[in-house]
Amino acid sequence: MPAKGAMQTRLEAPALEPLQAGPDDVVAVEAVTRRFAPARRGGEAVLALAQMSLRVARDEVVAVVGPSGCGKTTLLELVCGLQQADGGSVRSEPAVYMPQRDLLLPWAGALDNAALALRIAGLSRTQARERARPLFARLGLSGFEDQRPDALSGGMRQRVAVLRTLLSGRPVLALDEPFAALDALTRRDLQDWLAGALAAEPRTIVLVTHDVEEAVLLADRVIVMSQRPGRAVEEIAVARPRPRRDTDPELVALRERALKALHR
Amino acid sequence: MTVSVRRRGRRVLPPLALALALLGVWQLYVESGSVDALILPSPTDVASALYNDRGLLWDALGPTALEVLAGIAIAVAIGMVLAVAIHLSSTLRRAVHPLVLASQTVPIPVVAPLLIFWLGFGLAPKLVIVALICFFPVVLNTLDGLADVDPGLLKVMHTLDASRWATLRRVELPSALPGVFSGAKIAIVVAVIGAVLAEQAASEQGLGHLIQLSTAELDSARSYAAMVVLSAFAILLFGTLTLLERQLLPWAHRTRRGDPR
Ligand SMILES: Nc1ncnc2c1ncn2[C@@H]1O[C@H](COP(=O)(O)OP(=O)(O)OP(=O)(O)O)[C@@H](O)[C@H]1O
Ligand SMILES: [Mg+2]
Repeated sequence: MPAKGAMQTRLEAPALEPLQAGPDDVVAVEAVTRRFAPARRGGEAVLALAQMSLRVARDEVVAVVGPSGCGKTTLLELVCGLQQADGGSVRSEPAVYMPQRDLLLPWAGALDNAALALRIAGLSRTQARERARPLFARLGLSGFEDQRPDALSGGMRQRVAVLRTLLSGRPVLALDEPFAALDALTRRDLQDWLAGALAAEPRTIVLVTHDVEEAVLLADRVIVMSQRPGRAVEEIAVARPRPRRDTDPELVALRERALKALHR
Repeated sequence: MTVSVRRRGRRVLPPLALALALLGVWQLYVESGSVDALILPSPTDVASALYNDRGLLWDALGPTALEVLAGIAIAVAIGMVLAVAIHLSSTLRRAVHPLVLASQTVPIPVVAPLLIFWLGFGLAPKLVIVALICFFPVVLNTLDGLADVDPGLLKVMHTLDASRWATLRRVELPSALPGVFSGAKIAIVVAVIGAVLAEQAASEQGLGHLIQLSTAELDSARSYAAMVVLSAFAILLFGTLTLLERQLLPWAHRTRRGDPR
């Protein structure tokens, strides 16, 4: 892929110009501004995003990293149509949102939670469960079909939430720090699983994370955001074959580059 | 086995001990002669009234229990529908909320006779009164439950293209069910009072009627016995509802590993 190679060698720019949106872009966020009204009268408005741009091609995984509070969640909600931009433009094919915390229905069993999108799409309970079952098993959740969330471990709950997102059938998946709350071991497990799933069946993903290692491990491109007000300050193409190993010297180099951009 | 017996003992013993202690104080107070037995009968008098008039009390409990149960059922049905309607429409909320509040300030002893003129001496006016004072806690608690959904979950539903109805059915209504139960439990207490007031306004039967009759006959022991029956019934109903809720909504009561919350 010559285009990606070219991006990888691109020099660090102080700020990225709004990128030219191609026709094959599934997500195109152009110079977006997002401002939150002050909580109290006379208080200061919070400028969460300023001149933020992001585009994602079909079946591309783009990781967005940035310091806490720089507007990553806001960006995802804009892409998902949950918020409106105050300036610039946002265009995206239907995107499903996976919130920062695993928000499952406490009264429903794990399999029913995973199959929620299918129920909403109009399938019967039996049909929805049957459709969800193969992936459920692949995620190592067999035997826990009818356990309610409070009987699952944190890692299992997170897997069910990921599954619910995958089964939505939406063209774009917007994942907000999907593995942040997990212990290192479980997180590595789930990252490996997601990488494997993506290699088998590519999906268009915007992956918000504060973990640079996770970003270069999973993404085709990494966008580094500035402190609030957030904007893209660095774009790193990760043109490495999958499966990737985090000891791969090229990945380590890219990670260093992302970290440097993050701390600039 | 022994552990479970001991644990049950630890749960039953304190309320039992407290009740016995209070009864003892009450008995001593009455026996000391500092209060007229017509005003305050001793616990032993009440106990013998409970025993001697058991047939009378049992017969009186039937109609009262029916009024309470049916009244609460009506209140839960109307209250849930009203809560959902208010939840869905802010216009309706603004329109109905003051009326719902106003309905609670209605003094039952004043309206009870009016309702009886209007609806006759049968079950109807009693059900109206009981349902009227019960639907308020049901509406409030159901509304709380409906609004208590995690906003993140609503965002997920939105991006899944869920209709308003789908969100209500799959997320908001289930999350409101514990609220419906709390509302119904609070309703029990007021329902019992409402039923007695309604019966005292006009009735030939029921515990309220019996209390009125016994008071008129200066048989305060029987009057108190009727109140004891009424309390016991309320406690039983409360316990039943609690058990039912545990059975139907186990997710609302258990944290991880099944520890009771
Ligand atoms: N609804 C809101 N009302 C007011 N301010 C908000 C709102 N949502 C976000 N903000 C503000 O916008 C800024 C960006 O928030 P956002 O949640 O997007 O950050 P984030 O990058 O996701 O942070 P984190 O990594 O901690 O999750 C923050 O300063 C936050 O306080
Ligand atoms: Mg966030």
